[in-house]
Formats: sequence, C-alpha cells, structure tokens
Amino acid sequence: MLDETKPQAPASPTVSLQELHFEIERLNSEYAHILDNERYEEFPELFVEDCLYRVVPHENHLLGLPIAVIHCESRGMIKDRVYAARESTMAEPRTLRHFISNVRILDVVDDAIRADANVLMVQTMINRMTEIVLSGFYLDRIVRVNGRFLFKERLCIYDSLLLPTSLIAPV
Amino acid sequence: MDAITRLQSRTWPAEGAARVPFWVYSDQNVYDCEQERIFSGPNWSYVALEAEIPNPFDFIRANIGDKPVVVTRDGNGSVNVFANHCAHRGVVFCRHARGNTKRFICPYHQWTYDSTGMLVGVPFRRGYRGKGGMDPAFKLQEHGAEALKVAVRHGVIFASFDFSVPPLEDFLGPKMLSYFDRLFDGRELEVLGYMRQRIPCNWKFMFENIKDPYHATILHVFLITFGLFRLDQRSAVEMDETGRHAALLSRRGEQVLNEATLEMENFRQNLKLNDPRLIEPAREFPGDATVVMQTIFPNVIIQQQSNTLAMRQLVTRGPRAFDLNWTFFGFKSDTPDLRQRRIRQANLMGPAGLVSVDDSEVLALSQEGAEVYPDTDSVLEMGGRSTADTDHMITEAGVRAFYKHYIHVMGFDHVG
Repeated sequence: MLDETKPQAPASPTVSLQELHFEIERLNSEYAHILDNERYEEFPELFVEDCLYRVVPHENHLLGLPIAVIHCESRGMIKDRVYAARESTMAEPRTLRHFISNVRILDVVDDAIRADANVLMVQTMINRMTEIVLSGFYLDRIVRVNGRFLFKERLCIYDSLLLPTSLIAPV
Repeated sequence: MDAITRLQSRTWPAEGAARVPFWVYSDQNVYDCEQERIFSGPNWSYVALEAEIPNPFDFIRANIGDKPVVVTRDGNGSVNVFANHCAHRGVVFCRHARGNTKRFICPYHQWTYDSTGMLVGVPFRRGYRGKGGMDPAFKLQEHGAEALKVAVRHGVIFASFDFSVPPLEDFLGPKMLSYFDRLFDGRELEVLGYMRQRIPCNWKFMFENIKDPYHATILHVFLITFGLFRLDQRSAVEMDETGRHAALLSRRGEQVLNEATLEMENFRQNLKLNDPRLIEPAREFPGDATVVMQTIFPNVIIQQQSNTLAMRQLVTRGPRAFDLNWTFFGFKSDTPDLRQRRIRQANLMGPAGLVSVDDSEVLALSQEGAEVYPDTDSVLEMGGRSTADTDHMITEAGVRAFYKHYIHVMGFDHVG
C-alpha cells in the first residue's frame, strides 16, 4: 500500500501525485454522473477497448471463485450490457445514485495506476423509501490514453451479499 | 387454534388447479402450514453440493424453508445434515457461512456438537465442587442437534426433516430422475461462485415462474431475440406423476422474422451484440435440448441454459419474501474455454441477469398485486385445464400440475 505523503514515481513527468489523485477523483465523479443520469451510451467510453469490468459478490472474491453478477471482457460486452439494461430488460423505473469515496492510489507504474475506492449505491422507486442496493469497493487499473484517464480494469466488489430484488444497471 | 385448523376456513375455488386464490401468497396460516407439511414434511430439499464440502470436517450452512441447517462432512467422509438450533436454548449455534471444524460450540453456554451433530460436551455437566450440574441421568446422546435424513446423488445433497420420506430416486420419479442425471452424470463438480438476492414475493411465485414457459416466450426480450428460448422451437413441459416436479425443455432458434416472432412484440430483429461471445454456446449434453430448467419440489430450480449451470435454492422468509441463492457450477473436467463460457453466460442469470432481472422484477409486482386482492383468483387456463405433459410452450400445465399437488398436500381438497 502506498503512503501518499511520500513522493512516488508520477504517472508521467508532468503529473504530480496530487494531480493524479484529482484526475482519478474526477474520473469517478464522471463515472457516477453518467450512470446516475442514465447516459448509458457514454458509459463504455470510460473503458479502453480491451478491458475487464466485473461486479462481484464479496464471498466469491474471498473464495477466489470466478462468477460475477456482471462480467464484461471487452468494451463491446459493456456496450451490450448497458444497451440491454435500457432496451431489453423489464424493470421497475427507479433513480440510482452512486456515492464513490475514499479514493486511494495504490501504485503507479509508468502510465498505469492501481487505485481503489468505496462505493455505495442507493435506489429510489415509486411507493418506496430510498434503499441501499449495495455497499462495496472498487479495485481499479487505470491507464492514460491520449491524455485521458480510462479504466483498463474495474472490479466492483460488493459486501451486501443479498441484493434487494435486482440490480438493473452497472455499478 | 393451530395454523392447519385456521386453514379450514379457506376454500379452494371449484375449478381446482385452473384457479389459484391469491390468499395463498400472503396468508400467514398458509405459510405456517407450508413450513410444516411441505418444507418439514416428507420431501427432499436441496441443501448443498458435495463439492462445497470436499474435505473431512468441512461444513456449509443452508436452509430448508425458513429453518437453518448445517451440512457437514464428518471424519469418516459421510455427509450429515442437522438443525442449526442448539438443543439447549435454541441458539443458531453455527454462525459462519462455511468452514472446517471438528466441533461446533454454541456461543451461549458452550454446548458442543461434533461434525455429525452429536452433543459431545456440556460445560459444568457434573457441577462445581459437588454443587449444581445436570442430573446424572442426563445423556448427551439424547440431546444432539436434530438430525435430518440425507440423500446424495452424483454430488448433489438433499435432506429431509421427515424420516418417512421415500428414497430420492422414487421421490423424483423416473422421468425427472433422467433429467437430473442428464446434467449430474457422475462427473466431479466445480463450484464457480454464488449470487444471492431477496425478492419481495411469496416463494411459490418463483417456483411457478420456472414451470411457466408461456411467460418466457413473451417477457424475456433477450431470450426471445437471440433464440435462446422461443415458442417456435421444439419444446416440451414434462412433469413427474404427482405434478410437483417439472422440466421445461427448449432448443435454440435463429434470430429471424417468422410467423411466430412476428407475434412477439418483444422480438427485436435489429438487436445485435457487439461481443457475441456473451451467448455463444458450446454443445455439451446428450440430446438436442439446449435448455432444461428443472423444478424439484419444494426448494430448488436446476438451471441448464446453454452452458450456464446453477442450483437456485429458495429460502422462504415469511409469506411475502424469499431469498434466491444461486450456486453456479461446472465440472472439474471442463476445458478452460468451456469454463470461460459458463462465466460469460452467467451474465444472463442472477440478480443482475439480462434475463433473470425480468423475472425478479415481475415477481415483486405479482406480490404487490396478489396481497391486496387476497379474495380474487388467478386464472390458469392457457393450454386448457390439463395437467399432462405438453410438446409446446403455450401452456400453464406445469403450474396447474404443481397446484394439483399443492392442493392435495395442503389438504384443500378436504375442506370447503
């Protein structure tokens, strides 16, 4: 684990660790904003083409079991996921909101950053109190492509083993 | 007045299994009676896979109805199932989801059980300095955790609170046994992972859903569009003699417009996948069925959709909710390619499944409607009123067959 108070090798000679932290915070905010506003067509653009995106129950993660509730091995698969979420799935209308916090940079090698963050997602539906869908954390590999920070890999590992009814969109 | 006596005031509609009164989905007395007659009755409930407890002293928790049980492998390699309920003060003494231990120690007074559920220790049983303790006549062997009857077939573990339950093979009947053995052919299983969700609806709605191919041909855009389950394919609904178990069979079809797909409002001819690996199947089972969904009464759905295999265990949580626990598996002998297909195709299933979400959402809506109209009846007449096997999907025969059995088990054919 990295102590951010100590100087580390920056992602590039021109980016300091503080700037890097800010960029990752900004990426996470953009990520949450896109999902919360159902701008699903923009969501795959936060990933590089050859990527991995998975939403994994904590017990599978701890036991080293490969099954995920969402498993995408490419940007194309992410596109299919979000398209299906919008077009082919029958789900009660709801508003989702992601809260991403406690971002930490774990290490930086050249232009590749390993980071993590906590996530909470809540949903609001008609005739129901706002409820927690899941609480968990992200494990990320982030790369810089043409000056833009994108996910090479994002694992969302959720603690809440029992999901309430269903998970209708990416986390 | 016990739950069963209170049930006598309920009368099943005269149409029999072609009607389901909505009170069966919310009445606490019905629920209590189901726990007694069905989940604790002479039926085999699925509890775990042997692959989850491969080594001596491994254990895993499970539920039968709303009762927690512990499934263990003892020092001799045998599988045991016992109530997770201390014989002393009732404590759910095994608090870990799974693990390996020779002793289960109740946290309250440290009554200690071995891996077969036998009581092996009671602190201060002989008192302290000649005072207190248990009566000398108290026998440890008479106070173990309640043992269940156990059946293991090809790596799948079933248990029953009722020792009068017939052998598992007879309970399934020859037809259902052949579908069971089609999937569980004796090869060693590999657990690939878990998914869990709580659905706010009565457990029967879930069970019925998998006995109802009619909805699958309409509701599931994803299945229909990609031909994974569609009424224009050769298909069948088959039941055991009692009607309690069923198997839905289908074959994969093409994504083309034809007489059948034209009628399906949800068919999307233009929906194309960017990464078709998501649903690319590899043929692996004998016969030409590419989907076999089997409901084994009372608590498990066995899923084989293309290469995604799972046990879906139902845990009742009162009349208005149940947990659906999915255990995905493959075979130890799978090639890396087949294993990866199972992982990819799991995208269709579970709480975030491209197909299963439709079901969990609609089941919650079913409950919302059912519980506020308890005195109206559901109409089940698609495909007539027959409860016989069919060679097509436009039928509710599987659901009627289930209710034919349910009416009998619950004693509704003796009242009113």
